[in-house]
Amino acid sequence: MTPQEAKEMTSEPPPTTGEQSEQTESTKQRRFGGDGRSTRRTPTEAGHRVTIDSLNAYYGDQHAVKELSINFEPNKVTALIGPSGCGKSTLVRCINRMHEEIPGARATGKVMVDDTDVYDERVDVVAVRRAIGMVFQKANPFPTMSIYDNVAAGLRLQGTKGARLKERVEQSLHGAGLWDEVKDRLARPGIGLSGGQQQRLCIARALAAEPDVILMDEPCSALDPIATLRIEELVEELKTRYTIVIVTHNMQQAARVADTTAFMLSGELVEHAPTEKMFTNPDDDRTEQYVTGKFG
Amino acid sequence: MSAVPLDSTFAPIGAGRRRKDKLMRGLLGLGTLVALVPLVLVLYYLLKKGLGAVSWHFLSTDPTGNFLGDPGGIKSAIFGTIEMVALASLISIPIGVGVALYLVEYGKKNKFASAVRYFVDVMTGVPSIVFGLFIYITLILSGNFGSFAGWKGSVALALLMLPIVTRSAEVVLLLVPDHLREAALALGAPRWRVVSRVVLPTALPGLVTGSLLAIARAAGETALLLFTAAIVNGTSLNLGQRMNSLPLQIFTDVGQAQDRLVARAWGAALTLVVLILLLTLIARFVSRRSRLT
Repeated sequence: MTPQEAKEMTSEPPPTTGEQSEQTESTKQRRFGGDGRSTRRTPTEAGHRVTIDSLNAYYGDQHAVKELSINFEPNKVTALIGPSGCGKSTLVRCINRMHEEIPGARATGKVMVDDTDVYDERVDVVAVRRAIGMVFQKANPFPTMSIYDNVAAGLRLQGTKGARLKERVEQSLHGAGLWDEVKDRLARPGIGLSGGQQQRLCIARALAAEPDVILMDEPCSALDPIATLRIEELVEELKTRYTIVIVTHNMQQAARVADTTAFMLSGELVEHAPTEKMFTNPDDDRTEQYVTGKFG
Repeated sequence: MSAVPLDSTFAPIGAGRRRKDKLMRGLLGLGTLVALVPLVLVLYYLLKKGLGAVSWHFLSTDPTGNFLGDPGGIKSAIFGTIEMVALASLISIPIGVGVALYLVEYGKKNKFASAVRYFVDVMTGVPSIVFGLFIYITLILSGNFGSFAGWKGSVALALLMLPIVTRSAEVVLLLVPDHLREAALALGAPRWRVVSRVVLPTALPGLVTGSLLAIARAAGETALLLFTAAIVNGTSLNLGQRMNSLPLQIFTDVGQAQDRLVARAWGAALTLVVLILLLTLIARFVSRRSRLT
């Protein structure tokens, strides 16, 4: 398809909050179907809504996420907090279907991105992961690749070639706030960067793939406070274009970056509310005990 | 912080423990030295006896087979070894790495993969002469493929190399951290591309090392070439013909009564070691260069 057509196909307004807009079969096909090669879109300014409905996730016999339903609003940052092992990471890994990569792991329920269920059998898992980017706890740049190639990998791994690669790499590095620091050494190995820079490199790599939604699984847990601050500023910037879900162990971080915060306990959602309310006047006693440091 | 008296915190370690530490250190150092002795002796004798035999004439002429006069050099053996080992590598390395990829990336712990792993282990322990015998029976005695030939030697060598390549590649591929696979999968890469773009490049230096181990092993193999490629004097560039090889040249020469033939065996042995050394250096260089391109 020509760039013109691609533009037209994606310039339709995103579904407005609260009401479900009609989406045709062909648009579903475009987003998640086939080999994913036809899914290349120009990035839209607006984020996409993620709706999770009665999600259950298992590791073998262990029931890690229980009948969980939650909404992630477009262009908002949602923080997931809760004690270790409560299923936060499992929940985000269910959104881009990385959960099923673990041997013995499975999930049931619905995860809707706009109006498409990513667990629909017609949906190609590879396309899901192209539309939903992920940043991991530990910065994981590819050790054999240069800084440039690491970011380009976001595209090359999807089979994208062509002249726009260079431009997109630069765009993504700008987007991740890393361009000025690395523009003179793009050919140097990605693992030569500092921990915080590596994590932003991974964010750039995820951005290069042009996702609709970005999942962050404790992206700052291995970083020092300054590097953490940089990432948090970046999250603030990115939410103008993306829907962001961030798992964090750090309640101050949730308070700083998140518009809404969800508290999980033993695989269940306890409470999901605007961040300010969660930290000042939560409805549930357990939330209050957790955010005030009485347990966890 | 409670105040701990300084002298108790930093009290000197008892003399007994110190003596034990010294003793253990001495023992381990001694063990290392003992292990080095045979290695150094082998290299020493190889250089002492072999260097005298090696000359341009030695490397560039075929053995004459004459009892009197010039016995000739080892050209045919060098060519034969290189050709047969090269073909064996072309057969066994892609297959071996492929099997390892299947085991690590796809088979994981299923029954078929476990069975394959078990048979690969068994194959590692099979003596080389058994592979030679197998090829002798199936490819030579069966009468369908003619007589002794270089390519039959290659196939036998490939059988020998296959389990070594597979086993070492599997170990190396397992060392590639899972978080790199996850990173690539989460970018929306199909699994084959995760393997070709991320897993293989990351594992490359280790794959090269493992393959070299197999090549070195095959280059020194004697028994199975005896009854697959046979022994000849002339150089052949045709893998369909009989072929000479360095280990067999050594094997025949060292049993001869003439000193100059025994000297040729030493020269051939030195040549073989140098060939493998060169190959190792080249492969290291190549794999280091390719790490970042």
